[in-house]
Amino acid sequence: MATQGPIPEIDDPMIDPRTGEYAVIAPGHTFRSVTQKIAGIVLTDNTPMAWLGGLFVAATVAMGVVIAVTWLVLKGVGIWGITIPGAWGFAIINFVWWIGIGHAGTLISAILLLFKQTWRNSINRFAEAMTIFAVCCAAMFPLLHVGRPWLGYWLLPYPNSMNVWPQFRSPLAWDVFAVSTYATISVVFWYMGMIPDFGTLRDRAKSPLAKYAYGILSMGWRGSTRHWIRYESASLLLAGLSTPLVLSVHTTISFDFAVAAMAGWHTTIFPPYFVAGAVYSGFAMVLTLAIPIRKFYHLEDLVTLRHLDNMAKVMLATGSIVAYGYGMEVFMSWYSASHWEYFMMWNRMFGPMGWAYWMLILTNLAIPLTTLWSRKLRVNAAYLFFLSFVVNIGMWFERFVIVVTSLYRDYLPSSWGTYRATKWDYMLFIGTWGLFSTLFLLFARFAPMVPMSEIRTMLPQTRIGKDGENAKAVVQEAI
Amino acid sequence: MPPREGVYGLLAEFNTPAELVHATRLAHRAGFRRMESYTPYPVEEAAEALHFHKTRVPLLCLLGGLAGLTTGALLEIWINVWGYPLNLRAMPLFSWPAFVVPAYECTILFAGLSTCFGMLALNGLPQLYHPLFNAPNFADGATSDKFFLCLESSDPRFDPVETRKLLEGCSPVSVVEVQH
Repeated sequence: MATQGPIPEIDDPMIDPRTGEYAVIAPGHTFRSVTQKIAGIVLTDNTPMAWLGGLFVAATVAMGVVIAVTWLVLKGVGIWGITIPGAWGFAIINFVWWIGIGHAGTLISAILLLFKQTWRNSINRFAEAMTIFAVCCAAMFPLLHVGRPWLGYWLLPYPNSMNVWPQFRSPLAWDVFAVSTYATISVVFWYMGMIPDFGTLRDRAKSPLAKYAYGILSMGWRGSTRHWIRYESASLLLAGLSTPLVLSVHTTISFDFAVAAMAGWHTTIFPPYFVAGAVYSGFAMVLTLAIPIRKFYHLEDLVTLRHLDNMAKVMLATGSIVAYGYGMEVFMSWYSASHWEYFMMWNRMFGPMGWAYWMLILTNLAIPLTTLWSRKLRVNAAYLFFLSFVVNIGMWFERFVIVVTSLYRDYLPSSWGTYRATKWDYMLFIGTWGLFSTLFLLFARFAPMVPMSEIRTMLPQTRIGKDGENAKAVVQEAI
Repeated sequence: MPPREGVYGLLAEFNTPAELVHATRLAHRAGFRRMESYTPYPVEEAAEALHFHKTRVPLLCLLGGLAGLTTGALLEIWINVWGYPLNLRAMPLFSWPAFVVPAYECTILFAGLSTCFGMLALNGLPQLYHPLFNAPNFADGATSDKFFLCLESSDPRFDPVETRKLLEGCSPVSVVEVQH
C-alpha cells in the first residue's frame, strides 16, 4: 500500500528516503533486539502498576456481566427491553456488533497474509486475540437470548430421547455452525501462530513456573527446518481457509435478517454490506487497542505510523462500501415501489427513532469519510484513537437502526410498539466491554503480543546471497 | 529405533542464515542425510539445502475438508429428509440450497483442524524432551538469533572426528557434541 504524494519531513528517521514511505519497522533492529523487546514485556518481573490498575477497572466492569447474567437466569429474559414486535433488541444488536469487531483480526491474519502484506506481521497477533475475545462476548448474547441458556446444546444436532433435530432450512441454524466454526478456527490459528514464540519465551524464562508453562504451551518447539516448512504450509492453508470463512460468517449473520420477509431486511445488499461494516468496525477496534499499546509498551518502532496509515486506508475503503450500502438501501426503498419499504425508510429517517439514523450517518459516514482522506490525520495517532471510538459508536448504531426500526413498526399498525432497553440490557452490554478488556489485558501480560518469528523475517539480516558468499557483506551493511 | 544413549550428534552454531545454508549444502554434498537445521524463523533456503521440499500437510487439509463436506451434507440430508422431516412452507424436504452453509462450515472446520493437528503430528509434536535441549548454547539461540546445524550420529557417515572437521571447516561459532 504505497502512498503517493509529497514527501513530508525527510529528516524523520522513520521515513525511508528512497520511497518517502514510513518504514514498517524502525531501522536498527536485530534478531536479538526483537526477541528482547517482545519477550521482555511478558517475562518482566515488574508487572506495571498501570496494567494492574487497568485490570482492576476492567475486571470490575466485567462484574456487570456476572450480575446481569445471574439476574437474567433467575428472572428470565423479561428483565430485558425486548417485547413483541421488537423481540431482538440489544441481544442481537450486541451480538452482531461484537462479532463484526472480530472480523478485522481474521482479515489481518488471513487475507493480508495471502496478499503478502508483510506490514500485518506487527499487528496480526493482537488483532487475532481481539477476534477471539470479541467472539467470546458475541456468542454470549444469542445464547442468553434463547431464554434458557442451559439448554443451549439443543441447537446442536445430537441424538436425543425427544427425537427432535435441528431444522437446517433456517438461517438461525446456519449461525450456530458459522459462529462455532469461526470461534474454533480462530483459536486454532491464533494458538498455532504462538507456538514458536512460546518456544522463545520458554528458552528465556527465568522462573521455573514460567519455563514449565511456556514449555507445555510451546509443545517442545525447537525451530527445526522441516518443522518450519510444514508449519508455514499449515499457516498458509489456514489463511486460505479462514479467508472464505470470515466472509461467510458475517454473510450468514446477514442472512438472519435478509432471509426474513421484513421491510428493510429482505435485501440482497446485506451480505457484502455486513462484511464491509464488520471489517470497518474491526479495524476501528484494532486502532483503539493498538494506539495505547504501542505507546504504553514503547512498541512505536514495531507498530509504526505506517501501520496506522494503512489501517486508516482500509477503514476509508470499507467505510465507503458501507456508505454505498446505505445509499442503496435508500434507493431501493424508493425504486422497489413497495409501500412497506418506503414507509420503513421514512420511519427510519423521520420516525420516533430517527435520531439514531442521523447519529449513524454522522458517526459512520460524515466524520470518518471526510477526514480519512488527509494523510496528516491518518498518521495522527491521537486523532485515529478518537476516530476509532466514533466509528464503533457508529457501527453500533447501524445495528441498532437495522434491528429496531424494522421490527417496532411492522406491517400491521395495530401491532406497532416501541423499544426501550432496560438497565439490565445496558449492564450486560457495558459488562462485555469489561470482559473484553480483562481478557485482552491478560493476553498482553502473558502471551507474546507481537509475533517475534514473523518480525524476524522482515529484518534485512535475513537476506541470503545467491551463493551465500556475499551475505556477510549484506548483513554488515544492514547492521 | 535409534539408540537412546551416547552421542546424539554434532551441533554447529552459526551467526547468519547464509553460513548455515552454506554448511548444510557442504554436508549434503559430503553425503550426510540424517541432519537437521534449526532456525529462529522459517528459512526456505535451509530447507532447499536439506533437499526437503514436499510436505503432506496440504493433503491432510484436503482430506479433512472432504470429510467435513461429506459429514455436514449427509448429516443435514439425513436429518431433514429422513430423521425428522418437517413440511415448512411447502419447501421440498431435500432443499439443498439451504444446506450449503452448514456443509460449507463443516468443510472449513474439519479442514482447519486436520491442517493444524496434522502439521503437529507430522512434526512429532508435542515432544517436550529432545536431546538438543541438552546442548548448552541451543536454548539461548535457536529460538532467538542463532542458526544451528546438527549432523546426527545415526547417519552411517557419522564419525566423531571427521564430522567435527567438516563442520569446523565452515567457520561456525562453535561445534558441540550433544548427548542423548
